[in-house]
Amino acid sequence: MTQIGAAEIPVIPRGVRLHEDKVRGLWVLLAPERTINLDPIGLAILQEVDGTRSFGALVKILAAKYDAPEDQIAGDVAEFITGLTDRRILELK
Amino acid sequence: MATPVPAPIAMLAELTYRCPLSCPYCSNPVEMAKKESELDTEVWLDVFNQAAKLGVLQLHLSGGEPASRRDLVALVAGARNAGLYTNLITSAIGLTQRRLVELEEAGLDHVQLSLQGTDAEMADRIGGYKGGFARKMQAAEWIVEAGFPLTLNAVVHRQNLHQLPEAIEMAVAMKARRMEVAIVQFHGWAMLNREVMMPTREQAQEASRIVEEARARLKGTLVIDYVPADYHSDYPKRCMGGWGSTGLNVTPDGLVLPCHAAQTIPSLSFDNVRDKRLADIWYKGDAFNAYRGEDWMQEPCRSCDRRKLDFGGCRCQAMAIAGDAAATDPVCVKSPLHSKMTDLAEAFSHGDSAELVYRKSP
Repeated sequence: MTQIGAAEIPVIPRGVRLHEDKVRGLWVLLAPERTINLDPIGLAILQEVDGTRSFGALVKILAAKYDAPEDQIAGDVAEFITGLTDRRILELK
Repeated sequence: MATPVPAPIAMLAELTYRCPLSCPYCSNPVEMAKKESELDTEVWLDVFNQAAKLGVLQLHLSGGEPASRRDLVALVAGARNAGLYTNLITSAIGLTQRRLVELEEAGLDHVQLSLQGTDAEMADRIGGYKGGFARKMQAAEWIVEAGFPLTLNAVVHRQNLHQLPEAIEMAVAMKARRMEVAIVQFHGWAMLNREVMMPTREQAQEASRIVEEARARLKGTLVIDYVPADYHSDYPKRCMGGWGSTGLNVTPDGLVLPCHAAQTIPSLSFDNVRDKRLADIWYKGDAFNAYRGEDWMQEPCRSCDRRKLDFGGCRCQAMAIAGDAAATDPVCVKSPLHSKMTDLAEAFSHGDSAELVYRKSP
């Protein structure tokens, strides 16, 4: 099980950006030599990543928004974020 | 029923064939267009806009050396305006600190820096440019200082493969997020240097082992993309992710190619952005439709399960080795020419020549 500390802050670093792909009708994350198609869950998570909110704060916001238990949301969000930090697409500070 | 043609995701814009380096494995054609025939700023900006509307997301600005274009900053700004992710593929020769700041202000997203060797002796010999290594190391610092994410791009071959572990350490020390390790692919000028650059089978295996070990050790620190030695493989590479399915290439004089080596296939003719709209060329151009889908395939590809994985491999390699661009890539164990390929690779990799044939700028 993936662990991210509640105080850690996920950051979309320089050189990575959210982009609406109007030709294909979806949102993507553009990164060096990578284009990641986002499903609605991935997009919902990344739209809350503003470089100041901690992982704990993100989980609270998303749990309230989707009316779901925080520990379940925490697991899903941690897995998504870790998949991107392992590939140097997101950073934790 | 043929599947519909997808929109392209990536475009390689070869802004110029001019380059201060003369790497003997350059993927540019052996016959290159001269400066006078290069597309001007306005035409490139129009092409970038057309590309974005067509569905291109990633723009790779390359060459030659793209920094040799005086209008590079304007081209980057225009590409960003069009909504494209902009990637500069450079040797860093011609990039001053001031120019990097201008590129950063213009919105350049990412810099990919080529590495010819891990010390001046090797790098300057391979690049054919004395003092190039020192300037590159200085530029690498400026690139990171300016805030760009950096990818270090190492092309490796028999002359420099022993430096691979050091190259990986250099990428980490430079704070690169990514590294590309590509064993030289034999197209363009590299075809003239197979005897000098072909790695031995043992070297190729060692390179794979080094990359695998580094990937595990550096997880979360450095991402490594790896192009293994083609000639020593049993199955061909998934060339271009399928012909005319994900990417396109525009040459300095405006020809639109399905891949950078496509001009080595003499039966193909190419459209030019000066004459036609990019969307027309992508969807209707003869060169793009020549090897799309599966109808062009011969046996053993036609009835092979792997055809959906590797699309029969590289068309340009089939042309070069089999003399037929629609043949199975001779790298494949199922190709009747596979043993010829293995023998070629073996013979080239034990060549005793160290005499490089350098690329000549137009």
